[in-house]
Amino acid sequence: MTYEELLTQTALADEQIIVMTAENRALVRNLPAVLGKRFIDTGITEQTMIGAAAGLALRDRIPVVHALAAFLTMRAFEFVRTDVGIADLPVKLSGFIPGFLSDANGPTHQAIEDISIMRGIPNMTVFAPADEDDLIKMLPEIWDSEDPAYTRINTRQTSYVHAPYEFGKAEVVAEGADVTILTYGLLFEQALIAVEILRNEGLSVGLINMRSLKPVDEEAILNAASQSKLLITLEDHFLTGGLYTIVAEVLLKYATTARVLPIALNDKWFKPALLPDVLHHEGFTGKQIAEKILGYKTRYQQPPVLTPQFSE
Amino acid sequence: MQKNNYNDQELEAIALKVREHIVRMSTSGGCFTGASLSAVDLIVYLYGRFLNITQANLFDPERDYFFLSKGHDVPALYGTLAELGLIHKERLQNHLSIDDYIYWHPNTRIPGVEFHSGSLGHLPSVAIGVAMDIKISGGDNKVVCILGDGELNEGTCWEAMLVANAYKLDNLIFVVDRNHFQANMRTEDLIPLEPLASKFEAFGASVKRINGHDFKALHDAFSAYPFEEGKVNVVIADTIRGKGLPSIQERADRWFCNFSAQEVAQLLLELHGHDTTSLTSETLIVR
Repeated sequence: MTYEELLTQTALADEQIIVMTAENRALVRNLPAVLGKRFIDTGITEQTMIGAAAGLALRDRIPVVHALAAFLTMRAFEFVRTDVGIADLPVKLSGFIPGFLSDANGPTHQAIEDISIMRGIPNMTVFAPADEDDLIKMLPEIWDSEDPAYTRINTRQTSYVHAPYEFGKAEVVAEGADVTILTYGLLFEQALIAVEILRNEGLSVGLINMRSLKPVDEEAILNAASQSKLLITLEDHFLTGGLYTIVAEVLLKYATTARVLPIALNDKWFKPALLPDVLHHEGFTGKQIAEKILGYKTRYQQPPVLTPQFSE
Repeated sequence: MQKNNYNDQELEAIALKVREHIVRMSTSGGCFTGASLSAVDLIVYLYGRFLNITQANLFDPERDYFFLSKGHDVPALYGTLAELGLIHKERLQNHLSIDDYIYWHPNTRIPGVEFHSGSLGHLPSVAIGVAMDIKISGGDNKVVCILGDGELNEGTCWEAMLVANAYKLDNLIFVVDRNHFQANMRTEDLIPLEPLASKFEAFGASVKRINGHDFKALHDAFSAYPFEEGKVNVVIADTIRGKGLPSIQERADRWFCNFSAQEVAQLLLELHGHDTTSLTSETLIVR
């Protein structure tokens, strides 16, 4: 099933659903004919679309809104925060071409701070499926929820068959005594390749598809931290505010620590090109990821961890 | 569906009471006195005769919708809601209290407030969403959204006009509180808006321009709703910042006011036609 088929089926079954777009029709081309007045294209007006979505939600509608992830989360940020976030309305944001998926568009179109800023909005929930199969498994739960939601839309097809989705839970693909890779979105595919390479090197490797960044599956993170000698946070996002930050927050919240190697975009936009070339240039292919992890293992010693003694 | 139907004389009396509430709120922290006094007659007219919004039908899906996009007009809205019985008058004594929600911008903890505002240029689009749904659902509800003239600096007001025109939202009325001032100065000295009516007309709206303090003129204009089939309605209401208080009227420095108790007492007399007040309280610079 495709994104468009799922949306069509859901909207036909539920009169509350309104499909909106700021003239980004790539994923909703057939919807106008099927939904009639319940399809609303506001033109290239991300802010007005979000405000109008809030108005529709006030009338008990569930707007599923579409725009490029960069413009949906940043051009319209204050409208998302103020009209959807403060009012806590069930507006469902579908962000197209997030992260590396904007491939050759250039930095204007790179949504690589989207998770950071969306998860900072009270009431907002944030999701990043690994591929189309994952997306189709996650969306019914996301659309059913009463919360506002931002989803990194990822319609890439892979041969991987994901586990059923449980709201807010990660998909623990494997546990590992040496290394666990925590990732989300399209890099899951590269992580699978990296896991194979590392296993061939004799390592015990775990892999977690985070799926939901907010709420986040704290248990999955804590289990990985206690089972593995090294955690990898792998994401097509700035280093700040994404999964690396989330893992740090969770570890601190439970007064524990771990060795973590972040693989992310460290204070830089990525070089625009077609996706396979971007992955290679930025060092995010499965092979390059495996090499970074093996390099870490040999280069670094366990850092000293000072545990202060508190009196009761 | 219930609707208030006060005559001009009754509306005048209510408006005077609302202005008294605004003056009483202009102390101990203060409020947007000058800004909200210009909108009093507009809001009193809309709730008092035009909109079918009463305490009995606040949650009725067939009610009309009122949005105050110019959020700092809220003292005028608080006063109107209190005079029309949607909130208790005593509750206005909680202005700025940590124990209540009567603060400087509207919020939905106040019965009759459909949506919060404060960030300018937001509610045109929210009102559009409501108007769109009324069209989709086939209702007769009217949607009214008050905008400040300074607020029209925000690009999203004009973006919204484009979209409202595209969707032929003739159930939507934008009312501009045209008091000719923005926060710190006259609009025409900063970002000129005139010719304003022809700007809205160029965006496809049907426009009426009236004296926003004249209940007969307001009623004549709003009685013509919908102005033209398939067109967004715009009422440009020419108003006066600080209307009702000659000592602060049309003054750039009396946007937000925080008066002493003595000044409040004098201003209440001034509202009733007594001598103008000699004001020494400094204007708070909020923006």
